[in-house]
Amino acid sequence: MNARLRWRKFVSNFMLGLTGVCALVSVGVLFLILGYLLYNGGTSINWDFFTQLPKPVGETGGGMANAIVGSAKLLLAASLIGVPIGFFGGIYLSEFSGSFTASVVRYAADLLNGVPSIVIGIFAYTVVVLPFKHFSTLAGAFALGIMMIPITLRSTEEFLKSVPRNLREGSMALGASKWRTISSVVVPAAYRGILTAILLALARVAGETAPLLFTAFGNRYWSNGWTQPTASLPVMIFNYAVSPYEDWHRQAWAAGLVLLGLILIINIVARTILARGIAVPRS
Amino acid sequence: MKRVASLVVAVLVLGTLLYAQNPLTVTGAGASFPYPIYSKWFDEFHAKNANVQFNYQSVGSGAGIKQVTEGTVDFGASDMPMTDELIKAFQDKRGTGILHFPAVLGAAVPTYNIPGVTATLNFTPEALVGIYLGKITKWNDAAIASANKGVTLPANDIVVVHRSDGSGTTFIWTDYLSKVSSEWKNKGGSINWPVGLGGKGSEGVTGLIKSTPNSIGYVELIYAVQNNVPFGAVKNAAGTFVKADLASVSAAAAAAAKDMPADFRVSITNAAGAKAYPISSFTWLLIPQKWQDAGKREAVKKFLYWMLADGQKDTEALSYAKLPKEVADKEKKAVDSIQ
Amino acid sequence: MKGAGPSVGSRSLLSRLATGDEFARLVTLIFAASVVLITVMVVWQLWTNSVLPRHKFGLRFLISDVWDPLADQFGALPFMYGTLVTSAVALLLAVPLGIGAAIFLAELAPPRISDTLQFFIDLLAAVPSVIYGLLGFLVVVPLMRTVIFPVLNKSLGFLPLFKGPSYGVGFLTAGIVLAMMVIPYIISVSREVLLSVPRDQREAALALGSTRWESTWKVVVPFARTGIMGSIFLALARALGETMAVTMVIGNTPKVVASLFSPGYSIAAVIANEFTEATGDLYVQSLFELGLVLFLMTFILNGLARLLIIVTTQRGSGVGNA
Repeated sequence: MNARLRWRKFVSNFMLGLTGVCALVSVGVLFLILGYLLYNGGTSINWDFFTQLPKPVGETGGGMANAIVGSAKLLLAASLIGVPIGFFGGIYLSEFSGSFTASVVRYAADLLNGVPSIVIGIFAYTVVVLPFKHFSTLAGAFALGIMMIPITLRSTEEFLKSVPRNLREGSMALGASKWRTISSVVVPAAYRGILTAILLALARVAGETAPLLFTAFGNRYWSNGWTQPTASLPVMIFNYAVSPYEDWHRQAWAAGLVLLGLILIINIVARTILARGIAVPRS
Repeated sequence: MKRVASLVVAVLVLGTLLYAQNPLTVTGAGASFPYPIYSKWFDEFHAKNANVQFNYQSVGSGAGIKQVTEGTVDFGASDMPMTDELIKAFQDKRGTGILHFPAVLGAAVPTYNIPGVTATLNFTPEALVGIYLGKITKWNDAAIASANKGVTLPANDIVVVHRSDGSGTTFIWTDYLSKVSSEWKNKGGSINWPVGLGGKGSEGVTGLIKSTPNSIGYVELIYAVQNNVPFGAVKNAAGTFVKADLASVSAAAAAAAKDMPADFRVSITNAAGAKAYPISSFTWLLIPQKWQDAGKREAVKKFLYWMLADGQKDTEALSYAKLPKEVADKEKKAVDSIQ
Repeated sequence: MKGAGPSVGSRSLLSRLATGDEFARLVTLIFAASVVLITVMVVWQLWTNSVLPRHKFGLRFLISDVWDPLADQFGALPFMYGTLVTSAVALLLAVPLGIGAAIFLAELAPPRISDTLQFFIDLLAAVPSVIYGLLGFLVVVPLMRTVIFPVLNKSLGFLPLFKGPSYGVGFLTAGIVLAMMVIPYIISVSREVLLSVPRDQREAALALGSTRWESTWKVVVPFARTGIMGSIFLALARALGETMAVTMVIGNTPKVVASLFSPGYSIAAVIANEFTEATGDLYVQSLFELGLVLFLMTFILNGLARLLIIVTTQRGSGVGNA
């Protein structure tokens, strides 16, 4: 083994070790956050937290049941708005469009992604709340759905494109139409990346406060249906965290934990449901 | 598998649609300062009147005014009274007038964090103005030291903290500064702060103070009390150094109670009275005069009567001073005028 | 990739639609077009709601550093500066860390560990921005004051970037908090893209005698270049628009100074702080105009970054086009 080879091997081990450090740091941040949340809010998580409505300050107990349900509703509706647009739009960009249209749509998505969440909230306020003169779950879902579009769109496109050409060509050689190829071969082959992106987009909007302030507004009580203001975990966290009361601070941290837990569950459920039997394209 | 998933979704959707009773909901938005007492009141009222829910969100005084003007909420709440232009804008937009109802009293206090100083400092109006104008830069400046004989103040630079979000607390603070200093008034220092760091919310300011040595800021009395930050006494119009507490804040309101204007829009900063705390203020509920929905109107009127009587009992436990009796009585008459 | 099928133009629209392919094309086109539509609507809203300050200040808005609501004078410079600086710091920290971590997860870690760690990293994206703000305030700010500032100031204090004093809050703190917020996007997407690089690329490089690192850095990563750049775009956009967390740690003082330790302000933060309380049409509309300015900045930054890709991308490498 000559010197040069030894050096290259050394560099290789060193750099790869460095990447391990990077991963450690990144994960370390999460554990720091989790640790903080657990330490400060762990004591406030009990059965009441999940089943009771909020109590005013000075009274112990109470929970965030309405905020948990509210967040779940908002995320569900937001996904129904944001995911189809991002997903099918991504299919268009990757499979059907010419490069000019593709650039335009991509650019638009990147721009949309850069709009501050509060501006999206104001936009949703002007478009959905003002005409009907009241705040609603739908308005909040509209704002969050818009925010989900860019990540879903760009990632769907990227992952579809990364599917090797020969898979497509093989399918077409067997006589499948273009759409059949896409739906049965290309999308399933790229499903992992696409799912990652959708879950990432969902995680992002789950923690957003600003767009909800003027759309879903907030509610101390249960919100019926979809056209009433609703409580949500991020807004509750915000309100409680900036209050002067220790008890509310702890509830805010606890709510942060619950929100993370909610996302974790959605992650697990989604990956399990969709992992079954899709790896091999069915005919 | 997909069928199972869609079934679950359908159940979830249906379940959330069919939620038990459908009580009357009155929505309100506005000031964050009185949020704790409002949430207590609305909860108690709901316990006594199960068919009515008041949903109040603390989005800020200015936002509260905006939303009630737009009609997206039924009532508003603000730490500062609406200006004539805002009232006119409301009139133009909604075709009716808007009434101000003082709900509770609060105060802005000067909090500080000076290493080695544990005593309660005395602040003269000149000292506060000078600090916030950036003219007084060191803690051991004569303007501060002269009112605090017996306390050794270090020669450190003062770190000034203010609210970065416009708010009622800022309004109270700058309203006071304008009253005691023509220089501040002319410079129009509010919002365009000559010096200092901006903290987001009272919580942000409290946090900055706690973690920054040699800092001074202003927060609501509750925040200082709940977070155990030292705050100083301020010299009032009568020349006494008064520390903010329930009694001194009520004293400030008592002086104004006699000359209360009919629309209740009054500033009680720098109030007369030997025991009055000079940086006090009312906080108002903003109620439209005419209502289309009879159910909501009756609910609001019932609440207001309750708030002016039984509700006032809850205030002190949460560090809010209650309304002077004369003011409460005057307001009860005004409630009658809501149609 | 254009659809293969019967030659277009010889049949009517309806009969073309009957083909599954054309129908699919149309449907997905509608969805893609709606993205553009929404973006245009947002810009339209910003444009029409900022008419007063645009007429009053014109282009001076972009170079004025005076923000005085009482005197009705508004300028965007300090906020533009703060947005750019904090986002730059965030990317400088997050990109190397993120790509490094992604390489580790995709190339080195055994699949189960890689998946588990990825799970955790995905959770980072779900942490509410308020919590990031609080933690930034409770952890990063004291750290800045007690550790980071003294160290950097002593060693690099001759550079204007690192001159004191420091209150804990400021550009650098905000940049660090933003970096934590955008790392999951870089890692998640980059890792997936790296994983999708065909095996034979790696094996070819190794077969030719390269070390593990060389095959990763010189073959696999360039192959995944566009996907990785895409993740950086996502991260940049997130950093530019982040509101809550930034306003809690940046100091909220409109200033244009070189020192990274100085308190500052960003566009999203000032909109969040002042929008709800702004009274008076000129004030409110100036905030809208700030939103428009941010949009413009994103537009230009995206354009520059795309140019960069076009210039540096060799033919035949990478997954897909820019």
